[in-house]
Amino acid sequence: LLKILSGQCPHLANPPTVIVMVGLPARGKTYISRKLTRYLNWIGIPTKVFNVGEYRREAVKHYSSYDFFKSDNEDAVKIRQQCALAALRDVKNYLTEEEGQVAVFDATNTTRERRDMILDHNILKIIFFIESVCDDPNVIACNILEVKVSCPDYQDCNKTDAMEDFKKRIECYRMNYQPLDPDQYDKNFSFIKVIDVGRRFLVNRIQDHIQSRIVYYLMNIHVQPRSIYLCRHGESQHNLQGRLGGDSGLSTRGRKFTEALAKFVEEQNLKDLKVWTSQMRRSIQTAEALNVPYEQWKALNEIDAGVCEEMTYEEVRERFPEEFALRDQDKYYYRYPSGESYQDLVQRVEPVIMELERQENVLVICHQAVMRCLLAYFLDKSADEMPYLKCPLHTVLKLTPVAYGCKVESISLNVDAVNTHRDRPEEVKRGPTTLIRRNSVTPLTSPEPNKKPRIEGLDDAILREVTPAQLTLCSASHTTLALSTQVSHSYCLYICVISSLHNP
Amino acid sequence: VADTTLTRELTQNPLKKIWVPSSTNGLPERHISQRKVCMTNCPTLIVTVGLPARGKTYISKKLTRYLNWIDVPTKEFNVGQYRRECVKIYKSFEFFRPDNEEGLKIRKQCALAALNDVRQFLTDEGGQVAVFDATNTTRERRETILRFAEQNGFKVFFVESVCEDPDVIAENIVQVKLGCPDYTHCNTEDAVADFMKRIKCYENSYQPLDEELDRDLSFIKIIDVGRRYLVNRVQDHIQSRIVYYLMNIHITPRSIYLCRHGESDLNIKGRIGGDSGLSARGKEFAKALGQFIQSQNIRDLKVWTSQMKRTIQTAEALGVPYEQWKALNEIDAGVCEELMYEEIQQKYPLEFALRDQDKYRYRYPKGESYEDLVQRLEPVIMELERQENVLVICHQAVMRCLLAYFLDKTAEELPYLKCALHTVLKLTPMAYGCKVESVCLNVDAVNTHRDRPSVRFTNTHPLSMSVSLVLVKQASPPVIA
Repeated sequence: LLKILSGQCPHLANPPTVIVMVGLPARGKTYISRKLTRYLNWIGIPTKVFNVGEYRREAVKHYSSYDFFKSDNEDAVKIRQQCALAALRDVKNYLTEEEGQVAVFDATNTTRERRDMILDHNILKIIFFIESVCDDPNVIACNILEVKVSCPDYQDCNKTDAMEDFKKRIECYRMNYQPLDPDQYDKNFSFIKVIDVGRRFLVNRIQDHIQSRIVYYLMNIHVQPRSIYLCRHGESQHNLQGRLGGDSGLSTRGRKFTEALAKFVEEQNLKDLKVWTSQMRRSIQTAEALNVPYEQWKALNEIDAGVCEEMTYEEVRERFPEEFALRDQDKYYYRYPSGESYQDLVQRVEPVIMELERQENVLVICHQAVMRCLLAYFLDKSADEMPYLKCPLHTVLKLTPVAYGCKVESISLNVDAVNTHRDRPEEVKRGPTTLIRRNSVTPLTSPEPNKKPRIEGLDDAILREVTPAQLTLCSASHTTLALSTQVSHSYCLYICVISSLHNP
Repeated sequence: VADTTLTRELTQNPLKKIWVPSSTNGLPERHISQRKVCMTNCPTLIVTVGLPARGKTYISKKLTRYLNWIDVPTKEFNVGQYRRECVKIYKSFEFFRPDNEEGLKIRKQCALAALNDVRQFLTDEGGQVAVFDATNTTRERRETILRFAEQNGFKVFFVESVCEDPDVIAENIVQVKLGCPDYTHCNTEDAVADFMKRIKCYENSYQPLDEELDRDLSFIKIIDVGRRYLVNRVQDHIQSRIVYYLMNIHITPRSIYLCRHGESDLNIKGRIGGDSGLSARGKEFAKALGQFIQSQNIRDLKVWTSQMKRTIQTAEALGVPYEQWKALNEIDAGVCEELMYEEIQQKYPLEFALRDQDKYRYRYPKGESYEDLVQRLEPVIMELERQENVLVICHQAVMRCLLAYFLDKTAEELPYLKCALHTVLKLTPMAYGCKVESVCLNVDAVNTHRDRPSVRFTNTHPLSMSVSLVLVKQASPPVIA
């Protein structure tokens, strides 16, 4: 049964936060915006990015050249300002009407004038600036190639022309760039200056817990190319019997998988692969076969099924029919009696995510529910989707950060195993609304960016949601290369009352 | 299906319930490790930098306490103390004058002696982090230290404290300098005057860490007691944790109140764990707690509980908002949940014996150890550092862990700290440590404390399965305190 909260102040009594990005083009502002948003949503803080460039692309259907960004191009300057204001209006709407907690205002915001305007529009909110400063021409060129050259502005250009144009675009901003000044002008603001892709940080006046977490996160992420491999332990004895949890050893097929895994790892030919396991026998046995050093994390243990440990699903249905029904009703929040919920798992596994961000090549040998949590983080899946992500036995998921997201390759190692996946039941009646604990952790998918139609005047903008192409998550039956983008937008209201988990 | 053809068989360490390859088939055990904070074999040397009275020793001691609590063997080496050993009587600030050659010679010797002890700690004594606490205000001195570290294979991380606020500095002098051995024979005015002159001696030669000149060093510059930070080249996980910790601590005066839930029904029955409600006396305590809190007249008190019924019921009686933390739940006794100690001794005699052998590391079957608890509680400690006045209503084992952090208790002492029911501990940071006031709210309750057994085992190898069991006679039924 879900525990009822009582006597609690609503979490939203905390004033919302507006994160304001600052920096010349191609300094990683959007990369940071989106990654940070994904992290905050995963730990249960409703967050959304408002990218002014996207508003501009809606307003000015066709991008001709960098001339648009010249500071003496009066028409363009007017349009750009209108776009910023439209985005700020949406920020306000998100934080008040839509009960968002953090809005990330992603634009260059390189002048004091622009930043003052933002401050004026957000009097009752907490403002936190994130400035990215970088003068390394290699880094900048690399960024331009990775994300600018392929962006809609340059779809009719070849790479060289795109690169040239973009560089001139940067110059348009550089002349009027007023970096945050910690000594005088900006000394009373809260901000972090990220210098040279994380080599150095200047942190000023952290006000609260969320800013402290944001700073910690930003100081741990990096942009080195690497891959993260996620897989479950080999098939276990309990798996064969259809039993939950427990601490059994591998079956014969499970052991075959470990041999296949060892071969696979060798073939990947990785520099310095770290291998992590849980403290459960089946995942350790799996690692043992690789014959390389590995680290055991208690935090990677499978979800604790409490009184249902070692039962089959049939036994659970017989002995605890109410529990069984409740779990199907809301698999994310449901906590096994004397056990855990997916929500608990996310909190437990957060330090693993933080360390994964610091590391480079890592293979994580874990368990079904745990793997779903980790995957939801990397692929920006909501609490609603997480417990139903497909993580079959004997399949390795290779995640490689690319552009603003994560490339996923699903590699089945061709060793048979039972299927432990249970789909979301069809005829599940959504039960009465439930009260949520404070300090609850409810991953949300980062919401779709607002796209605006052509802006004639300041007050004409109409909100219109745009549904992106649905991304296919790899499943056991086929190998796909999928580029993760923001997929669904099922908001989970995580305070007091959940009225509906359906889209408005 | 029999499971026989693994390359290495696994056995479960009976104390910690960790699966390890058994050493019987001759293969090395170096392959595996438990996830710890410090995963490298490279020890770290933290070097403080800053003028006197900038909080270097405060930071050193606090950081050392935190690192030891999260199981990173850490020790601080305060050069001032070496100097006091060497120069038995402190006469005046003249000792610190930059033209006092004799003084300079002694101070350098002391620094080298301290570095020598650092080397011993990190190389021979299994230390992981050493905090070298001194002014280290010249580039030359820092160069010496860097060379030393390089020779010995230590990573270096500088922690500089920069502050020009005269109020802060004056307050520091009053809090920690006036009472220090150098000034035992001085009156306040003279001591302050002398100390200010001492600071002057360092000021002219002070070369702060520089963004450009020191761009290849790893450091954090703390400016104006945490208003601003400059962080350069964080190399690894432990440095990242240190930076996060330093950015969360503050020195605003406040108090932390720790107490357990009111006496529960299971407490009365002498059973451990479970999720029972409050007994009649427990409810009385909750009321008394409410009155106590009111009488303390605390500004902006935050109240935290676990997610177990007994702590929540206790908080409910206070009539104020409170936050539930799952991380504050009592230690999970696994298969021993809701048993009495006598029953555990009967059903699981080996487990019972193992727990008494090493109560900190012992993990209940399918449960937790104190060691696991500390890891689970670390985010609570981090948030407590950020907060100001907080009342934490928790449980015996949890409270012991939190208390051990604030009072710098070792893993050995931690499981035996006395945390009685119906007693509130008020912790107030003071100078370099923590003042503790124990307030008993005068509501009777059972005594749930078990002392460290006096009879110890001779055969103490944790992996030994043939431990001869000397059953410690259990105390008679719970004593009403």
